[in-house]
Amino acid sequence: MAMKMIRDVIRDTIDEEMARDDSVIMLGEDIVGGMGSPGGPEAIGGIWGTSGGLWAKYGSDRVIDTPISESAIIGAAAGASLTGKRAIAEIMFADFIGVCMDQIWNQVAKFRYMFGGKSKCPIVIRMPYGGGYNAAPQHSQSIHAMVTAMPGLKVVMPSTAADTKGLLAQAIREDDPVIFLEHKALYGVKGEVPDGDYLIPFGHARQVTQGDDITVLATGMMVGFAENAAAQLAQDGIGCDLIDLRTTSPLDEEAILDSVERTGRLLIVDELPPRCSFATDLSALVANKAFSSLRAPIEMVTGPHSPVPFARELESAYLPSPEKIVAAAVKAMSYRRG
Amino acid sequence: MQLSREALLQAYRQMKTIRVFEDRLHDEIALGEIAGFTHLYAGQEACAVGVCERLDAQDFIISTHRGHGHCIAKGCDVVGMMKEIYGSSEGLCKGKSGSMHIADVTKGMLGANGIVGAGAPIAVGAGITAKGTGNVSIAFSGDGACNQGTTFEAMNMAVVLKLPVIFVFENNHYSEHTGESYAVGAESMTTRAAAFGMKAIKADGIDFFSVYEAMRELIAYCKAGNGPASIELDCERFFGHFEGDPQRYRGKGELDRLREERDCLKLFRTKVTEAKLLEGAALDALDAEVTALIDRAVAESKAAARPTADHVLEDVYISY
Ligand SMILES: Cc1ncc(C[n+]2csc(CCOP(=O)(O)OP(=O)(O)O)c2C)c(N)n1
Repeated sequence: MAMKMIRDVIRDTIDEEMARDDSVIMLGEDIVGGMGSPGGPEAIGGIWGTSGGLWAKYGSDRVIDTPISESAIIGAAAGASLTGKRAIAEIMFADFIGVCMDQIWNQVAKFRYMFGGKSKCPIVIRMPYGGGYNAAPQHSQSIHAMVTAMPGLKVVMPSTAADTKGLLAQAIREDDPVIFLEHKALYGVKGEVPDGDYLIPFGHARQVTQGDDITVLATGMMVGFAENAAAQLAQDGIGCDLIDLRTTSPLDEEAILDSVERTGRLLIVDELPPRCSFATDLSALVANKAFSSLRAPIEMVTGPHSPVPFARELESAYLPSPEKIVAAAVKAMSYRRG
Repeated sequence: MQLSREALLQAYRQMKTIRVFEDRLHDEIALGEIAGFTHLYAGQEACAVGVCERLDAQDFIISTHRGHGHCIAKGCDVVGMMKEIYGSSEGLCKGKSGSMHIADVTKGMLGANGIVGAGAPIAVGAGITAKGTGNVSIAFSGDGACNQGTTFEAMNMAVVLKLPVIFVFENNHYSEHTGESYAVGAESMTTRAAAFGMKAIKADGIDFFSVYEAMRELIAYCKAGNGPASIELDCERFFGHFEGDPQRYRGKGELDRLREERDCLKLFRTKVTEAKLLEGAALDALDAEVTALIDRAVAESKAAARPTADHVLEDVYISY
């Protein structure tokens, strides 16, 4: 096992998969970084530090630096994937999905179904998402509810270095389109990573902490916040059954329902606003399939119904926090039927 | 150069305000005073001011992620802008927008924009409003943005609808770290714009007079009902793509050379003093005036009210 930062895990995993399978290609803006500039190619090596060195190793036919043209990036990845390549496309910020939504929603997500199951579309669309950088309304959003709602897409949201490796390698080997969401605030986080071939099949949640009092569901950066809250709650004798869902589609319903049946309480933590959201979807699942085990109303700690604001004070008021998670768990624990 | 003394002083004041604003931001950001992403405009002042000095209050502009210069040139309140960048609730957009989204619709400034290529279609809409009124709508874009489908669609629609829209391409030769020579497949932005069927010209973007003169021609052309036009401005940016960018894509000594040889403010000063249109002392006096304004903007921003949690849901049309 090696200790690695998540950004390095991403680069190394892509490297391993490109070495293993020469049909794997990647495309995106500035993923080489410096093309056509005096500093030369790889002067930057990817603005997120997730693709440095790959161009030097695999060349321009496999590591394709593109103009600022998101629709063409996704469309090209789709066309290449339909015709024998495995394409990894990087959209620099998840917010820019707006620019290439048709290619994702009406094209990529629908090929398999529309073509009667006769096509493969092995494409991974990597998108950094999420808040915490005061990057203002158009560079801080989470988009997982939207893409999870689209039939035909698989959606991955890793929270640890090891999961990033296993899930990304799996994503690249999938024959269906995968939206791979990387939380910007996690790139610099370090963790142990298994050596060699390491795959995590989709649809299996990870148990983070075990407890009998309340089930806590989270993904991405929210897992760390919830872990922090769980440690505080443990001191007050409240045991959290914290589950990192890892993939929102497919969803590990069994892990969620088993846990809620045991704890009788549910707390969902998510960065997105509360309406028609990932949190409401999970709530509906539990209300529908585990209603009789619930001993308190389902609690949700989410962003408010607003864009993600810029100012430090506003963004921290917007984002879930360990304190808000603790308060919501305490509320659920102190609920008494009237 | 048929500009009045007053007009020359005003042009210089605007360019200098942008420069001092940006230089000061560069320092403040290094001190950790300012959060988020900031893209500085320094080096490109002659573009914003050359264009906007031709406009009046009823004309529209839409900007980019590198928007401070356009905002200042269109007459946005400099103190309000600085407060916004500091994230104060007294800022032009109440601390919600930061550097990347500053707008003041009352000044015809329809927003900086965090989405590359998003501005041009919106400028087409403003062109619909402007059509027949004698006003124009300006879409500022970079050499990177000219590769977005949105920009292509906007140019075509403006031609089809014969709108008074001017597409201003500020070609600073980089989109983030990628060179224009790699990313723009056409011979130039000008030939590309011309292919859409509009009048398309080039000007020297570090020479205020070149931009200003070219804009006279284009605005007259649009106002005569000929439809849209485009102008490509050859210019330079003096800082990184964003603050904190190590700029490894630059050539050796490139920035020093640009600051020495391609500084629009130096060029302006040399031109007007050599032609005896303005004396150095008058320009120095303006420098002092502008520096005092920016000092005040920074001081007031540091002292300004901070937003609180209950501001988050303000200005969402409905909250839950
Ligand atoms: C749709 C979209 N894609 C990518 C980005 C990231 N990005 C921000 S600025 C920029 C470069 C823009 O280059 P250019 O249009 O030449 O403007 P300049 O930065 O040179 O002023 C990129 C790629 C973005 N903000 N929006």
